[in-house]
Amino acid sequence: MSAVLSYVEKDSFIHRLTGTAKLLFFVIWSIAAMITYDTRVLAGMFFTGVVFFILSGFKWKEVRFAVFFMAVLMGINLIGIFLFSPEQGVKIYGTRHELCHLFWRYSIVTEQLFYMFNFMMKYLVVIPVALLFIMATNPSEFAASLNKIGVSYRVGYAVAIALRYIPDVQRDYHEISQAQQARGVDLSRKDKTLERLKNSAAILFPLVLSSLQRIEFISNAMELRGFGKQKKRTWIMEKPFMKRDYAAVVFAFVTLAVSVLCMFNNGGRYFNPFL
Amino acid sequence: MEKKSSLSIKSIVAIGIGAALFFVLGRFVAIPSPVPNTTINIQYAILGVFGVIYGPIVGILVGFIGHTLIDLSWGSPWWSWIIASAVFGLIVGFARKKMDIESGEFGKKQVILFNVFQLVGHAVAWLAVAPVLDILIYNEPTEKLLAQGLWAGASNFITTAIVGTALLFAYAKTRIKAGSLKQEN
Repeated sequence: MSAVLSYVEKDSFIHRLTGTAKLLFFVIWSIAAMITYDTRVLAGMFFTGVVFFILSGFKWKEVRFAVFFMAVLMGINLIGIFLFSPEQGVKIYGTRHELCHLFWRYSIVTEQLFYMFNFMMKYLVVIPVALLFIMATNPSEFAASLNKIGVSYRVGYAVAIALRYIPDVQRDYHEISQAQQARGVDLSRKDKTLERLKNSAAILFPLVLSSLQRIEFISNAMELRGFGKQKKRTWIMEKPFMKRDYAAVVFAFVTLAVSVLCMFNNGGRYFNPFL
Repeated sequence: MEKKSSLSIKSIVAIGIGAALFFVLGRFVAIPSPVPNTTINIQYAILGVFGVIYGPIVGILVGFIGHTLIDLSWGSPWWSWIIASAVFGLIVGFARKKMDIESGEFGKKQVILFNVFQLVGHAVAWLAVAPVLDILIYNEPTEKLLAQGLWAGASNFITTAIVGTALLFAYAKTRIKAGSLKQEN
């Protein structure tokens, strides 16, 4: 389970930003990346993201696994696109420069390569920022941040409960699985698929039913403490907005503006070098 | 003069615990499927169960938060599919009023209702919402998206049909049936 990305305590300029600023930055950055298909904007955003990542002091070692995993995912996606629609780029850019013919309907076309490159970039630009957001935002501060950007504090609290109870649910799962194994339920690969399916049900049912019971306990406890009586609440982890937080949010908005402006400038989302 | 909030305390907790379950089952639990090297997305069965027990708002938020957490733990979110998960939770949640599982009733009629709702939910999520958003955001080829959607929709539907229905059966048994007490003469 070392592969799971989570918060890493550190002292960097990213860590010092408030959770709200990081959340806003992440959301705006994602929107900017979703809107544009302009190679220049994407390249600029990717470069900026990588610079932020390097400046934050995280080591390559810490994210190597995640990046590798995402690369595989991206690879599968790209192969899928090529297999299902080898001429998608031609449709988008309106010209066709064939490099070489492979077989049947498949050939290597410059427009297709360019489209697939841009598709990959759109995914890539979010990665450094997402990694920073995950690894440099204290989960306890997250609920406060959600509330601050306008999400109802009830929903923010639900997210906080989710983060708080993930380790508990994992532990429950583990305990139930060991108890069942002690009773002779085989969960290893040795058994046949159908047997294993049935055996995993032996864990799933107690896990879900005990979780449903846990909901009753927690909600009773919150009710007793008067949760939700007021319209607003305070957060112990909330940090005041500083100049650097405004700077980060303004920077994200500028990126978004550039992405939108380029769209108007190009007369569409695409930057077309083939015309 | 306090406005009655649509989110009760129980719903808030259900969202939190539901999202935690969705995350743990979706991220760590690899349940083998008959097709080699693929695993079953058991978390959609859980989402279906939570939708039916707690309603559409809990469904939409469990799907959204749970799926976002899974994606973030891998590195980067794929928003279109996250939103599709949320839509599935929403649609299956509409079955709640019709089924009234809280009163312990889960017979043939409820089984059919649940499966119709979850079929519609999966169809809308994976054959409409996810592909349309992927086209809007990434302009991916329609053929690829339909193939992906069909695969995801079909496998999620089957999982939800088997595991979700069985879980609801088990849950209904833990509830006390309405009118189960009778006055003795």
